[in-house]
Amino acid sequence: MDDFFKPSRRSFLRGSAAIAAGTVAGAASAQEEADPLITELQDWASYTGVGVDETPYGLPIRFESDVVRRNVEWLTASPISSINFTPIHALEGTITPQGCAFERHHSGAIELTKDDYRLMINGLVDEPLVFTYADLERLPRENHVYFCECAANTGMEWAGAQLNGAQFTHGMIHNMEYTGVPLRTLLREAGLDAAGDIADKWVYVEGADASSNGRSIPMEKALDDVLVAFKANGEALRMEHGYPVRLVVPGWEGNLWVKWLRRVEVTDMAVGSREETSKYTDVYEDGTARKWTWVMDAKSVITSPSPQMPITHGPGPLVISGLAWSGHGQITRVDVSKDGGITWETARLGKQGDTKALTRFYLDIEWNGDPMLLQSRAMDETGYVQPTKDQLRDVRGENAVYHNNCIQTWFVNAEGVAENVEVS
Amino acid sequence: ISNGSYDVGRTAHEDEIAAWDVDVLPDGRGLPAGSGDVYTGEEVFVDKCASCHGDFAEGVGNWPVLAGGFDTLADEDPVKTVGSYWPHLSTAWDYINRSMPFGEAGTLTADETYAIVAYIMYSNDMVDDDYVLSHENFADVEMHNSGGFVFDDRPELEYAQWQTEPCMTNCKPSVEITMRATFLDVTPDDGGDSVM
Repeated sequence: MDDFFKPSRRSFLRGSAAIAAGTVAGAASAQEEADPLITELQDWASYTGVGVDETPYGLPIRFESDVVRRNVEWLTASPISSINFTPIHALEGTITPQGCAFERHHSGAIELTKDDYRLMINGLVDEPLVFTYADLERLPRENHVYFCECAANTGMEWAGAQLNGAQFTHGMIHNMEYTGVPLRTLLREAGLDAAGDIADKWVYVEGADASSNGRSIPMEKALDDVLVAFKANGEALRMEHGYPVRLVVPGWEGNLWVKWLRRVEVTDMAVGSREETSKYTDVYEDGTARKWTWVMDAKSVITSPSPQMPITHGPGPLVISGLAWSGHGQITRVDVSKDGGITWETARLGKQGDTKALTRFYLDIEWNGDPMLLQSRAMDETGYVQPTKDQLRDVRGENAVYHNNCIQTWFVNAEGVAENVEVS
Repeated sequence: ISNGSYDVGRTAHEDEIAAWDVDVLPDGRGLPAGSGDVYTGEEVFVDKCASCHGDFAEGVGNWPVLAGGFDTLADEDPVKTVGSYWPHLSTAWDYINRSMPFGEAGTLTADETYAIVAYIMYSNDMVDDDYVLSHENFADVEMHNSGGFVFDDRPELEYAQWQTEPCMTNCKPSVEITMRATFLDVTPDDGGDSVM
């Protein structure tokens, strides 16, 4: 119920995606008449605003109502097993506000209280254990910022340019500061002597929801940086993100980040669950498929200008802003092209990014009003350079569904309107 | 690694482990005793599954197709079903038993699950209509695409060739737009349906 279909199957679906060109304002110059917003007393400078008792827990101001999750109905058979998209086009910095961070469920977002929560560790351990939520809060905790990217992010774009907006092409991602207990701490509490040589062992992790979303993770990763997280961006996880406890699997595909985590089983082989056989396997052109493609490779996208973020201020200074990330470690460099990849300039990083976390980049340019073909190209600490879509397709064909980390192109016309395109 | 020292958590009861640890490994470990035949499976399937998956497991609307699609994996539009794609039968038993029917997961008996899996095998022309699947003959089943998967080979096929200093100037002679999303025009109005 979550296959991402190719364009040919839905050509009957027609909607208007036209984005009006913004008004073009001139560069800094003298204004003929004084601005009444300055010369006339405004209400907000005279009357009072709302009191501190008005909003115990606030939402964004109403003028930001377009900065919300969106879904694309035709992508899936049911909104219960489906995806929505983070409004990355409108965000800045690197931390994703939890309230608009994307969701992906296989049997809906469930409501599980801390009192009802139980976590079981069983299988090849010395002593199978049950933890309550309160137990988890008594163990030494860590804080880390990581991106969670759905394996299918950009998956609809394999066969061509399809969805018109960075939110839709790249928005199955969020980036939060997690607080939690390393999984290795819990495994040590249960004791791994019964597992024998742990190098050949796996953990099978599953959620409390009906889909369970069971996945197998090699023990080496489980003992490395996997977190059993109960806070994100300072507060409890949101219901839709796994409240009260989720798994955080740094750098690896989002499906492994099991929400409402209820059980960790040490096994001597991969379970071969539905989510690692039928789904989250990547079909090659010859019909064979890759399995266990866990890591999300280096990737980037320009978030503005982009189809949902046209240039409305005319020629002159322009901020090109974007995100880069890599499941292999830190982003070391991002290059930006304005001519579809003929010439590249190295952008600056907003700040040095954390490992396996979103990194903001900027290129500040003087736009002369000519059309542009904007691209960004990420590099990570392993020296890996983000490939073009053609490079990826040369290796994998067009039916991989998952793991599309290609270079994205936005065509920006002379009016400043941007469009999702592919280039030669 | 020896036992931890925080003394947090308690020992799990056998009943608790039995209730939650129901996964089935590719070699059949984890299967409960039981059996089911194709005929019974058809009755259960029509009753509990066919409204989404079709009477013959062929799929309704956008819902998953469970049967057919053999030898289409290299086609432009592969049809990935239990028969054509799934490498292990254990996955079908495990997933159906744990997470189906959609909206009423966990309600099937072990014998019902055996019967449904037998019917899906029949729908995929893997067995005859008098076939009985049980915990005893489960391991004998061979899947059509069991050899169709390779371990992630990006390190050899991709990383090696893409870990090079990239071109910065005169990287190609010219650039043309070859595809435009606005021609396809499938982005939702106003950028999509709000889910707030």
